[in-house]
Amino acid sequence: MSESHTDAFVAFDRVQKSYDGASLVVKDLNLNIAKGEFLTMLGPSGSGKTTCLMMLAGFETATNGEIRLDGVNINMVPPHKRGIGMVFQNYALFPHMTVGENLSFPLEVRGMTKSTREEKVARALDMVQMGAFINRRPAQLSGGQQQRIALARALVFDPKLVLMDEPLGALDKQLREHMQFEIKHLHESLGITVVYVTHDQGEALTMSDRIAVFNDGRIQQLAPPADLYERPDNSFVAGFIGENNKLPGTIEALSDGKALVRLATGELIDATPVNVTQKGQKTLVSIRPERVEFKPEMMPAGAHMIAAEVLEVIYMGDILRARLRVAGSDDFVMKMRNTLGQTRLSQGDQLKVGWHPQDARALDPL
Amino acid sequence: MADSSAPAGGLLTTSDGRSLKSALASAQKRAKRRAFLLVLPLLAFIVITFIVPIGQLMHQAIYNDGFSANMPRVTAWFAETPPGTPPDETAWEALALDLKDAAAARTVGVVGTRVNYEMSGTRSLFTSTARAASRFEPPYREALLEEDAKWDDPVLWGTMRQVSDAYSANFFLAALDMTRDVNGKIVPMPEDRQIYVSLFLKTFLLAGLITFTCFVLGFPIAHLLATLPMRWSNLLMILVLLPFWTSLLVRTTSWMVLLQQQGVVNNSLVSLGLISEDGRIQMIYNQAGTIIAMTHILLPFMILPLYSVMRPIPPSYVRAARSLGATSWTAFRRVYLPQTLPGVGAGSLLVFILAVGYYITPALVGGASGQLISNLIAFHMQSSLNWSLASALAALLLGAVLVLYWLYDRLVGIDNLKLG
Ligand SMILES: Nc1ncnc2c1ncn2[C@@H]1O[C@H](COP(=O)(O)OP(=O)(O)OP(=O)(O)O)[C@@H](O)[C@H]1O
Ligand SMILES: [Mg+2]
Repeated sequence: MSESHTDAFVAFDRVQKSYDGASLVVKDLNLNIAKGEFLTMLGPSGSGKTTCLMMLAGFETATNGEIRLDGVNINMVPPHKRGIGMVFQNYALFPHMTVGENLSFPLEVRGMTKSTREEKVARALDMVQMGAFINRRPAQLSGGQQQRIALARALVFDPKLVLMDEPLGALDKQLREHMQFEIKHLHESLGITVVYVTHDQGEALTMSDRIAVFNDGRIQQLAPPADLYERPDNSFVAGFIGENNKLPGTIEALSDGKALVRLATGELIDATPVNVTQKGQKTLVSIRPERVEFKPEMMPAGAHMIAAEVLEVIYMGDILRARLRVAGSDDFVMKMRNTLGQTRLSQGDQLKVGWHPQDARALDPL
Repeated sequence: MADSSAPAGGLLTTSDGRSLKSALASAQKRAKRRAFLLVLPLLAFIVITFIVPIGQLMHQAIYNDGFSANMPRVTAWFAETPPGTPPDETAWEALALDLKDAAAARTVGVVGTRVNYEMSGTRSLFTSTARAASRFEPPYREALLEEDAKWDDPVLWGTMRQVSDAYSANFFLAALDMTRDVNGKIVPMPEDRQIYVSLFLKTFLLAGLITFTCFVLGFPIAHLLATLPMRWSNLLMILVLLPFWTSLLVRTTSWMVLLQQQGVVNNSLVSLGLISEDGRIQMIYNQAGTIIAMTHILLPFMILPLYSVMRPIPPSYVRAARSLGATSWTAFRRVYLPQTLPGVGAGSLLVFILAVGYYITPALVGGASGQLISNLIAFHMQSSLNWSLASALAALLLGAVLVLYWLYDRLVGIDNLKLG
């Protein structure tokens, strides 16, 4: 349709989806994914991530709009003709087939000869270091091993696009981190395009080229991980990704990319305006806990600081985490690196906290 | 090496020196005894209502003392003489005295019936001779032959020798359309009296057909049940189970109402002009009736096991197959169907076994051609009163079903059976 989209490998063009005809589960989705990109859909439960993936895979039809793959409208193409590899959350390895038969299946239905199949299966298994397990049944494998087989099966027929719906959700933390690394590595070495669904933000941040944050059927922000973390576009993204302090207030002054915000308790703080435009507007200022400073010498000249009281200090090993009372709210968090020279705060200490104006973002009020 | 707390040889002891094994056993004894007491009523119930009757039935198939218990003297003579000995005067005397006693005890009918099973037309010989038995005087041979010359028949004496042994495989032979000739050799029955083997075959064939139609009809229903949203599938499930809550008799008679020559289906077809008034189709009181009504009655037994294996199969398997490039037919055949096989096996086995032994429905709607082996068993139980033959037929049926079960275990594995 529009010329700018033709270079996208996968394009969602004004896609809407309703299951019941009464409410939209996906509302006006526009998303372009480049060839070779690792794109993650991240969002809370029920935000429509799986639905989008299923529309792309062909198991759900878009109620409205167009989905293009390599410039071709695939709305009416049945799933088996799309040539998209898919990894399911429960792996969906066929229980009555051995690992080898599972991997051979997509090659068989494509009518490949036995020797080609064996060669490709062996190669795919080696790729995930599971060559020795070719004659096992899925039930005889551990979760992590099943995960690798599912991955190998989705890749064995050389798809250009691979979809993964929370593929690591069932694994323990350590294995999950290891598999994240392996998936990322495969993505890079094979040059495939990956659309990855997760609701683990850590996973999304470490693996993705870009992250689409979903909420309520809409993409709230589409950006590379660092941008998403450091420059959230709205309060939802700021609250969803990482820990965040939120201070409500009104805009007191706006000038050349700086905002002065007056809190409900009357104190003034500095912020960078994101989606506020005029004086007197209500706003929610978001500050990451690790960007909060309490030593005046670390603050830029002229920056505001406000009074705080230490309510609790938690020792977390690499960091110290202090809960403070700031501007009348009890859940303001500050994180300090646990270095040798770090000042040890203790409960009841009175101090002043502040931040660099670019670290505080004045967002829309929730 | 000899350390008292951990003796060599792997024999562990508790801290107070008892062997670990005996300590464990005594610790579990109470629990075991209680568990046994709990299952005792069920065990007794099964033994009394199931194992004992079946054992008795099996016994009856090879044991019939109708002759030996009531004709002790003749039986004793047969036991003393080798087979083929022509009857001497001792034998005639024994026969005459036994007949007299049997007539007095009113058991001569039983004796006659027993001999009659092996040699037809002999029952009246026994009863009529017994009426005159009180008048017999020595020499008994002449007295008996005067009463009826048939007593001289060596075949009759051969038969009596056979039945004098209470234990006999003859009922099984009869159930397999075989008999013994004069010399005790096993030979096939005359053509016109061979009925059981062909009836067995027909029963198995019909049961197979019914199983197949149940499968063809039940599979899509079970699939629908398993994939519909819970709300709808519960409703459908009630419809599937509804027949269970209706009397078997009511269901069978409603098929009569529907299918008979002046029934609903024929009337509709005639009024639609699809068939002519005198072209009404015979759909009941024949094999077709048996198949239709039994398929209907046994369908839930196919659907329920199928449903129970289909419900937990997540849709992601078929989706995975589709995303891997399989058409929906290939995905069904290669991925879905194999996973339902335990249910298919269980349902088929269940339906087949029930169909093989079904009685009421074929009796009501089967007509002459739709009768199964169980109807003949019932006939021998109720009308001909040849319980031994009925038992032999039933035992053969049981044996056939067990063989089938064994075959299934060999081919598919019984642990692959999922009944629900
Ligand atoms: N087959 C369906 N029929 C009706 N509604 C559905 C169906 N599948 C999903 N929904 C609804 O659509 C919404 C989005 O569901 P979806 O599965 O896409 O969420 P998700 O983002 O993948 O969530 P999760 O993280 O829990 O997997 C939910 O409100 C869900 O109830
Ligand atoms: Mg989901």
